[in-house]
Amino acid sequence: MVLKVMTANKAIAEAVRLARPQVIPVYPITPQTSISEYLAQFVADGDIDSEYIMVESEHTSMSAAIGASGAGVRVFTATSSQGLALMHEVLFAAAGLRTPIVMANANRALAAPLSIWNDHQDSISQRDTGWIQIYVEDGQEALDSVLRSYKISEDKDVLLPSMVCLDGFILTHTVEPVDIPSQEDVDSFLPKYVPEHLYLDPERPMSIGTLADPNYYMEARYHLELAMERSMDVIKKVNKEFSEIFGREYGSVEEYYCDDAEIILITMGSLCSTIRDVVDDLRKDGEKVGMLKIRTYRPFPKEDIHKAIKNAHKVAVLDKNITFGVGGALYTDLKSSISDVDIYGFIVGLGGRDITPTHLKDIVNKTKNPTQDITWIGLKEGV
Amino acid sequence: MKIPEEELLAPGHRGCAGCGATIGVRLALKVLGRNTVAISSTGCLEVITTPYPETSWEIPWIHVGFENAGAVASGVERALKAQGKEDVNVVAFAGDGGTADIGMQALSGAMERGHNLIYICYDNEAYMNTGIQRSGATPYGASTTTSPHGKESFGENKPKKNVPMIMAAHGVPYVATASISYPEDFMQKVKKAAETEGPAYIHLNQPCTTGWGYDTSKTIDLGRLAVETGSWILYEIVEGEFKVTYRPMQRKPVSEYLNAQKRFKHLEDEEKAKIQEYVDQVCTELRI
Repeated sequence: MVLKVMTANKAIAEAVRLARPQVIPVYPITPQTSISEYLAQFVADGDIDSEYIMVESEHTSMSAAIGASGAGVRVFTATSSQGLALMHEVLFAAAGLRTPIVMANANRALAAPLSIWNDHQDSISQRDTGWIQIYVEDGQEALDSVLRSYKISEDKDVLLPSMVCLDGFILTHTVEPVDIPSQEDVDSFLPKYVPEHLYLDPERPMSIGTLADPNYYMEARYHLELAMERSMDVIKKVNKEFSEIFGREYGSVEEYYCDDAEIILITMGSLCSTIRDVVDDLRKDGEKVGMLKIRTYRPFPKEDIHKAIKNAHKVAVLDKNITFGVGGALYTDLKSSISDVDIYGFIVGLGGRDITPTHLKDIVNKTKNPTQDITWIGLKEGV
Repeated sequence: MKIPEEELLAPGHRGCAGCGATIGVRLALKVLGRNTVAISSTGCLEVITTPYPETSWEIPWIHVGFENAGAVASGVERALKAQGKEDVNVVAFAGDGGTADIGMQALSGAMERGHNLIYICYDNEAYMNTGIQRSGATPYGASTTTSPHGKESFGENKPKKNVPMIMAAHGVPYVATASISYPEDFMQKVKKAAETEGPAYIHLNQPCTTGWGYDTSKTIDLGRLAVETGSWILYEIVEGEFKVTYRPMQRKPVSEYLNAQKRFKHLEDEEKAKIQEYVDQVCTELRI
């Protein structure tokens, strides 16, 4: 294994090079832009044999991705924030038409007020579109998740698009050591995409995207739900195959000292790294604290979560998003699926607000002595 | 011109009697043949031809949304290219709303990028699928449900947006206007569009019995009247060279065209005169 140092955006681009998508429609947006740039350079240098389409908006990048996937090829695109919001309408179409598109989303806050900095509001707001969503913690996981996502999405039991979510700036612009797998290994893990369900071939005419009246629409949605449920097992199967070839494990959740923990912090993305340090600190002081990282947010790994937290007394859920009037999205999902553990919600890090170990220790204390269900952390007083 | 008998848009679709859009598609596909992939925007054509589990399309067809025919076609074209299937025709059919209004950005992008595709706007001059609301392509004086005539209004008070000239300004190598009532002219243009390296745009005038308000047997007549009165001009722009492709022997008065349709019935002579004046001005410039 040869480690190279690079940003997570570069790691994503390297994964795309290895996955060999035939069409890449993209539109640049901070902090995703360097993904678009690296891919353009790969094409310019002949390092990747893909049709690169530099389009005029994210609505078009996703629409072109759907058109290309409908025509039967592997497709990649990437976006962030406002761009993802602009895609919203066609994200439903991508899933509804069962296109196995893989997209990277550089997580960034949504305006207003305008912010280019990190939180999860953009992708969380797309959770009901029918996409698989994977949140990553570092550059290696970003690279590996793109490869895993193609394998999951293209599985005939799934055939749904996947979104790999990486924290804007915190990951997209941070240089870390990353292992870039060999093309040979990737090719054996991820063979050429040969669609059996979706193609635009004059030899075998097919109508894609028809009108469905009330006699048919509901079944189409039900089958999408079944595919999402089946993807749970496929994710496990792909994890096994991936670890056999590449030696790295990626379950839907990842436990850190959960077995004997009295308090477990649950969150997604790069924040997990800070929490690991805090857990280590608190463990030294004899506090039984653990962390549960949610890697796959959709499908929601309810059973894995329950298994991980069933012995805990209390759970703190850290959301970098807010569903106004209810709380964070991960918090509300947990509340609706887990009934035998006390769950407290914390809204953190919106629009790039720093989340420090002090904040995290404060969250542990507030979970020990709760005064309210939902607490905003790191707010300035009097502002 | 020998017109192939084979139909690639099957009958049994849900179009109105006298539907002009399906005539346009049938004629275009007779030229393009089976080695073609079609893209539709949301609209009449998509809805009437693909009520699941049925389809009228004998060729591969995809629909994704209202505003993105140009974008979807871009992706399809590149995917076919990536598979070495560059000989397959890629044709987008979008209505005037899906072209002049909500689809303008995606169309502009596709044309500017130079994809090898044909974009045919079937223009019935309003949002007919949803019940006759005005679009940017609705002509001056037409009464629609969102530009109705009334005590204080004579209907649509803006001239039609000139999409073919907007396409010409993009430097699109082949731009043409056409009418379903002049099938040979239209089919020649589809052929030229297919032979063009890069993008081609055809703006197809297509009378709509429901939205324009005339007898279902008169669709072809109305299309002819539009051209014979100079209300719709047939031309093409090949690599920037403008050429009128059909000149009526004797231009008929515009009132013949207006009076044949319910959407213009309310117009006073004063408004009709204004329309005639505008048509005269354009036609004089073009020596029609």
